[in-house]
Amino acid sequence: MLSRRIIPCLDVRDGKVVKGVRFRDHVVMGEIVDLALRYRDEGADELVFYDITASPEGRGVDRGWVERVARVIDIPFCVAGGIRSVDEARAVLHAGADKISVNSPALERPALIDELAAAFGVQCVVVGIDSLRDADGAWRVRQYTGDPTKTQALPRMTSDWMIEAQQRGAGEIVLNCMGSDGVRQGYDLEQLSMVRAICRVPLIASGGAGAPEHFRDAFVEADVDGALAASVFHSGAIAIPELKHYLRGQGVAVREVSKEARSEK
Amino acid sequence: MSVVLVDAGGTNIGSVRYALQRLGVDAALTADAAAIRSADKVILPGVGAAGPGMARLRELGLIELMRTLTQPVLGVCLGMQLLCADSEEGDTTCLGLIPASVRRFVEAPGLRVPHMGWNQLRAKQPHPLLAGLGGDDQAYFVHSYAVPVGDWSLATSDYGETFSAVIARDNFHGMQFHPERSAAVGAKLLQNFLSL
Repeated sequence: MLSRRIIPCLDVRDGKVVKGVRFRDHVVMGEIVDLALRYRDEGADELVFYDITASPEGRGVDRGWVERVARVIDIPFCVAGGIRSVDEARAVLHAGADKISVNSPALERPALIDELAAAFGVQCVVVGIDSLRDADGAWRVRQYTGDPTKTQALPRMTSDWMIEAQQRGAGEIVLNCMGSDGVRQGYDLEQLSMVRAICRVPLIASGGAGAPEHFRDAFVEADVDGALAASVFHSGAIAIPELKHYLRGQGVAVREVSKEARSEK
Repeated sequence: MSVVLVDAGGTNIGSVRYALQRLGVDAALTADAAAIRSADKVILPGVGAAGPGMARLRELGLIELMRTLTQPVLGVCLGMQLLCADSEEGDTTCLGLIPASVRRFVEAPGLRVPHMGWNQLRAKQPHPLLAGLGGDDQAYFVHSYAVPVGDWSLATSDYGETFSAVIARDNFHGMQFHPERSAAVGAKLLQNFLSL
């Protein structure tokens, strides 16, 4: 049986892992490779590295660290942030990333998704969607969310973009529910369930994890394939081995990582 | 021991190379027929589609060479599918070393394609490639097409249907998952291949 995935997300700026959802008040958390290894040892199923400033600044991802991560990490990882062309994606994939994730650049030019899928296959292409509920009750897409001063609300409905992204070749969707992001009150199950019904590829929940029950709810209630979280893992509020133990007890299929299999440190 | 990675354009070549380095093996990346023929072990990595994968091998003039190799050969992911007779993906004729036809997963409610994530490996027949494989061991899969179960299947996995996770015939072997991204389980299976 396919396991549900637990995916820590590491925000990267200038080659370091940083913390803080705001553009300016970030704190350096540590070296990318060290933190990646820590999560790997704890039993993370996959890692996402997100260059938090790449898109708003209109620059590409520095890929020196991608290769350093690829050399030591033996679980899959995805690189997000500022990938706007097939050439940039190729550089990141050849450096050793397993998947690339596009968000704002795909909104600027949706054909980017088709081009990436044609060049590398849909399995490499993740589309990230930042979504927020508007006053009229509809969920719509946001762009350039890496920088609050540049974030834009788009007229595009989240459900329409979900469908279009899949038709164009998204092999996986990460739905970041901005309304629940950063407040640790749980994933947005209502929105995730709405999106699940129209998502035929793997769906990853993002935004709102604060307790082990929230992961359980996302997997059981919203039937997502993976759950992404950052602060609860970085702060140590939730340890991945205990989280997986809890989920297993709740009947959720998760990957067991034996203590012997963890690397010596 | 000399190990070569056939440079057929897959984007996972770097990852496979690093995984081998972690096992203490420095594999050369090559499309040179003489280098491939003289290697102790040959690995055909691959991410992408069957049609372009075979086209690339043809351009490099490696089709006949691959078919006539006698040392242990390992195809990974698409590389494994290319060892088969043909693939439904783009209606492609493959290398024909393992008499299987690669088929697309059939989407169903709750069954997302691509099959992406960690799934359990189940040994089907004993083989040195599976040495030390535990009953709960999982590997990381990313694929939309799969090799059906047949007498070539060494290990299987389940995703709506049971499909081949590890295959072998004579000196040709394949792993549908990514051993280079399957943590300790993947390292063990790669080491097993190096020890064949």
